[in-house]
Amino acid sequence: MILKASLPALLFALGTGAAQANKVFVTNEKGNTVTVLDSESWEVTAEFEAGNRPRGITISPDGKLLYVAASDDDTVRVFDTESYEELYTLPSGPDPEQFALHPTGNPLYIANEDDNLVTVTDTESRTIKAEIPVGVEPEGMGINPEATFMVNTSETTNMAHFIDTSDYKIKHNILVDQRPRYAQFTADGKTLYVSSEIGGTVSVIDMTGPEPVTRTKIGFEVSGVLPEWLQPVGVKVTSDGKWVFVALGPANRVAVIDAQSDEVVDYILVGQRVWQMAFTPDEKYLVTTNGNSNDVTVIDVHKQKAIRSVQVGQQPWGVVVQPDMAQ
Amino acid sequence: MFSLGPQAARYGAAMLSAMLLTALPAGAMEVGAAVLRIDYPSLAPISRYELVPDDLGFAGATLANEDNQTTGAFLGIDFTAEYAAVPPEEASDALARLMEAGHDKIAVLARAPELLALSEQAGEGALLLNVSAAEDALRSEQCRANVVHVAPSRAMRADAVAQFAIWKKWPRWFLIHGSNPEDRALAAAFEAAAAKFGGKIVETREFEDTGGSRRTDTGHVLVQRQIPVFTQGAEEHDVVIAADASDVFAPYLPFHLWTPRPVLGAAGLRPVTFHGAHEAWGATQFQRRFEALSGRYVREEDYQTWLALRIIGEAAIRTNEAGAAALRDYMLGSAFELAAFKGQKVTFRSWNGQLRQPILLYDGRITASVSPQDGFLHQRSTLDTLGLDAGESKCTAFGPPK
Repeated sequence: MILKASLPALLFALGTGAAQANKVFVTNEKGNTVTVLDSESWEVTAEFEAGNRPRGITISPDGKLLYVAASDDDTVRVFDTESYEELYTLPSGPDPEQFALHPTGNPLYIANEDDNLVTVTDTESRTIKAEIPVGVEPEGMGINPEATFMVNTSETTNMAHFIDTSDYKIKHNILVDQRPRYAQFTADGKTLYVSSEIGGTVSVIDMTGPEPVTRTKIGFEVSGVLPEWLQPVGVKVTSDGKWVFVALGPANRVAVIDAQSDEVVDYILVGQRVWQMAFTPDEKYLVTTNGNSNDVTVIDVHKQKAIRSVQVGQQPWGVVVQPDMAQ
Repeated sequence: MFSLGPQAARYGAAMLSAMLLTALPAGAMEVGAAVLRIDYPSLAPISRYELVPDDLGFAGATLANEDNQTTGAFLGIDFTAEYAAVPPEEASDALARLMEAGHDKIAVLARAPELLALSEQAGEGALLLNVSAAEDALRSEQCRANVVHVAPSRAMRADAVAQFAIWKKWPRWFLIHGSNPEDRALAAAFEAAAAKFGGKIVETREFEDTGGSRRTDTGHVLVQRQIPVFTQGAEEHDVVIAADASDVFAPYLPFHLWTPRPVLGAAGLRPVTFHGAHEAWGATQFQRRFEALSGRYVREEDYQTWLALRIIGEAAIRTNEAGAAALRDYMLGSAFELAAFKGQKVTFRSWNGQLRQPILLYDGRITASVSPQDGFLHQRSTLDTLGLDAGESKCTAFGPPK
């Protein structure tokens, strides 16, 4: 069912809560839609068509533009975060999956899974600035806070490629475990986390030296869950760098890692096939997409507990939360 | 015949362009692999969908080589692949030529007798990767230290089917096998699987291979009368298990049985390593790359040859070694793992050099299920519930299980 901003949402928007409610956007890979939730009521407020096989999703720094990788349309669709109208598309190269947006909002770095390329797209002129050959099945895209390096992970090559954002040259390659999925820097840029879905590990990469170096690999163990189901995918780190959350796919759990000790301290039970995650701007909540149960789980970050789940569209894949907007 | 042919020449060109994409550092390490395919005289398959393409296996190898080459370009490793297809009587000469050209890692698509002869001829310094021979004896009393098995054994496939039937609570099996030796061997694998997982073979019948006119205009008319009569009056059963390695009768079973029952094995729900419609676990990307390269859907032999060359590639990338001995050690060790589009890493059994892998249960259009099934547990890996476990294999060439 496609809803345009529903009545409760409108009523809510008129209220003056102390904490700002943020819009949470979820791509539904099979349903070909984006679901919109409200981060205070956790109600679904809208769902709109988003092209074929929408996966990667991100938002402009000012919160006004929503970028959706419509993988089967070979394009990035750009939506207005108020009207949910599609404004225009961006050239993405074939089969865009994940992408990273420069902190300034331009350019967009896009992984093209079928073509062993990372495409750099200018979000203003809407043109391709560069195509960078990388390993087989490029997937994860991360960018460091200074935006000097972007990182691409290639799933069959099993590497993290460190690409200089000034000349688009690969400056370093690090082999990680099988099928690297996601690359996430800490807010201070000193550490990079790369998840390996089939290897079952998260590589912790030290970025403080002249070259990136793998410091350790973190594995997972849950009693009663077969080891082969512990498949790390999405990774998020609190901005103080203290806690790392790792979505474990078909294990239906999010691992909580103490970043000081690199130890897993807890596993939070969430929906089925947990995939990607996003914090609310205040980092009170972490939202996870659960592809097989068609819902999202809301985790209380401080308590490290799942507090509720909300049904969304078919096969939720990616999630992004709108930043706080000027009132 | 020992030639690459136009198709293979095209792959050569594709390989070259992949190499040009990223300039290699000077003094790059070269890692070569060969694929030796023995072409046996054979009848056309029952279904036209299964006509054997000229580039069978080679197309998978070319894709693997491209995948390896892309990674190698970042590491200063230059991967190459060379192919040969010969009739059985020329197998020995073909191997000799490949080894003279410096190859010591060779993926082989051959039956057991030729594979064993090639293993003997190749000697200690070489490593053969068995891509097609299914005999369990090759993983047991006839195992060879210089042969690792990428192809699943008959027992692995039979166990995959058995687990599914037991999971479904279909324990009573009517086993129908062909009259050729490989059909009977397959039947024996199903008998062993029944004993292993608690199935009961309530009746066994042999369908005699008399040649037949199966693909003629009136073939189906005959079949429609033959099969019901042939299956009439069997003991009460939940499923029919078809053991037809020769592709003679099994495809006709599903809609012609006297008693309507699901068919598993050589028809109906079939145990396969891979198929062209498999999409889960990122397989769509594999399918697209393969189809762009070959212009056709992937076959099991292609996937298995792809695996063989990716295994060589992965071992070379992780060890920075090119020689067969060093790569074999790494493959058989605990550090080796490879993502193979089947939801979990594939690794080798240290006791007989068999690659552990999930088996897809395929109905001809979709992946209907994947074995091992839920609830079949093992102290080492659930994948070891399929095929010969450490205690069951009589292989000693690989040393004790690690």
